[in-house]
Order: sequence, then structure tokens, then C-alpha cells
Amino acid sequence: MNIKIWGCRGSIPSPGPEKSIYGSNTSCIQVTDGNNCIILDGGSGIQRLSESLPKNITHIDLLLTHLHLDHIIGLGFFQPFYNPKMTINIWGPAAAYVSLKQRLRRYFSPPLFPIRLSELPCKGEIFEIHNSTFRIGDFKITSEYICHPGPTVGYRLQLGKAVFTYIPDHEPALGSSDFPHNQEWTSGFKLARGADILMQDAQYKNEDYKNRIGWGHSSMENAIDFGELSGVKKLLLFHHDPMHTDEQLMELYKKNTQNRKLSIEVELAEEGKSYNI
Amino acid sequence: MATQQIEIILSRQMADCLSIPVFIVDTKGNLLFYNEPAEELLGLRFEETGFMPVEEWSVIFKPQNEKGELLPHVSLPLVQTLIHKIPSHGQFWVNNLKGEMHKISVTSYPIIGRPKRFIGAVALFWKSD
Ligand SMILES: [Zn+2]
Ligand SMILES: [Zn+2]
Repeated sequence: MNIKIWGCRGSIPSPGPEKSIYGSNTSCIQVTDGNNCIILDGGSGIQRLSESLPKNITHIDLLLTHLHLDHIIGLGFFQPFYNPKMTINIWGPAAAYVSLKQRLRRYFSPPLFPIRLSELPCKGEIFEIHNSTFRIGDFKITSEYICHPGPTVGYRLQLGKAVFTYIPDHEPALGSSDFPHNQEWTSGFKLARGADILMQDAQYKNEDYKNRIGWGHSSMENAIDFGELSGVKKLLLFHHDPMHTDEQLMELYKKNTQNRKLSIEVELAEEGKSYNI
Repeated sequence: MATQQIEIILSRQMADCLSIPVFIVDTKGNLLFYNEPAEELLGLRFEETGFMPVEEWSVIFKPQNEKGELLPHVSLPLVQTLIHKIPSHGQFWVNNLKGEMHKISVTSYPIIGRPKRFIGAVALFWKSD
């Protein structure tokens, strides 16, 4: 599968020349294999993604981790929604009472957006998932609720032996007993175990995390701990803080990696970069 | 290795910081976790036993009526919660490690995650005397 990063910034699109390397668009990942096109999250990165799609594409699966604004803010500007020949299936986490469709309508309706969900000309279905396993083409996909406020899932995409895990918003240190020493009792472990690539929330500086416990995000140190606990091959530090410039991110990366013996590969996620696994 | 679901993990986090005994079980009644105050009641340490099948811990834990007669398991609040997926409350007596009888109140509730996924149950124990 090919995995392309269209957005890896957290919380809010935050453009500026000081972010030209790691990018400023919010969460959006494209996974392709043959005719399959899977998009993970509809952050602001999805707008540029839609311009890059092949003209003859007729089917897209859109997997949402949750409905925080930074993960859906680009949806209204996703051009395939306005193509009547297109089929777009949307997958996202079930809540306790309000349906996924109703929750999506809150975004696709005035005053937040002029066009209603029901007015979108494309075809497609909305699927509510929870701790589920389902198939899209040859992909076997596992979703599971993870530690983040509100209904939020992470995804594990498996194609043959290749595994890609996506947990963009995740606080494993809170969702764990004795972090990072207990695999069985750690949020997201089942999704991330042995993945070829794991994209994991690494928003905060370690010292800032202490004052933000329960906000649903992870320190860079804890993200690396989680990657190592899960035995992944490559960890991509994701959901960069909108306040962090390229320079600060590089500094943080250095600080968190140079004095520890790493058992896994660790990189900062970078908008525009793609991987083949 | 079984991995725990987030609702169970967060229930344990909660139990871990309470000073009243808490037991967390799966849908079959297998004991997934008990906190430090609950270790006192059971006379066992979670770090040593870990997960305990229902057959094992139900023999150790012997709820009785005031006359010291063993109570049928089905009458216990936690068992009621597991069967009917509803909260339950009740009282009984147990022997502590020194053989002394203690009156205990139990409140149990089901863990029902989104969307209506029955995952297990929690039992909170209150010493009545
Ligand atoms: Zn986010
Ligand atoms: Zn979020």
C-alpha cells in the first residue's frame, strides 16, 4: 500500500513560512492500492488531496477517527462530494445516542456551512463502527475506541502482511495502567502491535503535557514510549502542535531521541511525504 | 494475550485511585482487576494473581448471611448485574483474613460502552460496620 500524508498538524490549520517543512494542514492521510482509495480523516489536508485524485476515480472510502473540527474541517471542500457519479462511503465511530449522520449534519448545515449533507450530489453510505473489523477491497481494517475525549477510534489497515496503524489523537499514558510497561492494559496497543508504520499523536512538549493531562493528546516522549511498547517498525510522530515551528519540532525531536537507545525508527510526520509498505 | 478495551482500562484507572474496594469483571464474571483495598478483602495481591477465572475467585470469596450460611452466587449484586445488565445493590457478610465477620454493602453496575456494548461490570464494596 502507498500512504501519503496530506496533513499532520493538530488542532487548527496554522499556515506560515516557519512551517514549510512539516506543513500546516490538519489530519488527512491517503492510502491507496490498485483501485482502492482510502482516506483517513477530513482535516484541511483533504482539499489538496481532492485536486490530486485521478479523473476516472468513482469510489472512495472515507474513514473518520472522530468528529473534532480539525479532523472534519476540510470535508466541505472535498470536491468528490459534489460529483453525482462518485460513490463515497463514510465510516466513523458510533456514539451512545446520536447517529454519525446526525453528528455530521451539524457541520454540513448553516450557519457553519451553506450546503446540507442531504444536498451533496454524490452517492454513498454512512457506516457506524466501534470495536469492529471490516473489509474494503483487499484491506482488512480494524477499528477500536481509544483514549481521547468523545467517541474516537484508531484504525489498523492490513493488506497482505503490511500493516499501517493510524491513531492521530491519542493519550495512551492516561489510558494505561503502569505506562509504558503493560501492553495488555494500554489503549491502542491492539491496533499498533507490530505495525510497519504507526502514526501516533505526539503533540506536546514533555513539560507541557503535565498541565494538559486528560486533554486527549500525548507528549512526544510518551508517543515514542507507545511506539516501542507496541513493537512497531517505524513511528511517525503526528498531530504537531499548531504553535510549534519546523525549527522547534526538530529541536523537540532531537531532545527526545538523542539520549535514548531506540528500538524502533522514529520520524516526524511531514506533509507531502509518502511511504510504501 | 488478551488486550483490554478502553472502558475497562479507564475503569481500572478510576479504581486504582479509590480507597474503597473495587472489583472489575468481564461479562462472564472473570476477575480482570481488583484494587489495593480489595486485595485486603480477598487476601490476595493483584500483582501476584493477575486475571482470575470466575471459578477460582468465587471459591475464595465466600459471602454469607448473618448466620454464617453461604449465600448462593445468583443472589449476589454483581451476579445480578451480569445476568440482567442492570445496577444492583445488596448486603452480606464475609470473613476477613483473621476469621472475623464483616458486614459489607455492595453496589455493582454494568460497563456499557458505546454503542450499547456490554463489556463487564464493576462492584464497589462498602464496609457497613
Ligand atoms: Zn485532532
Ligand atoms: Zn481530537
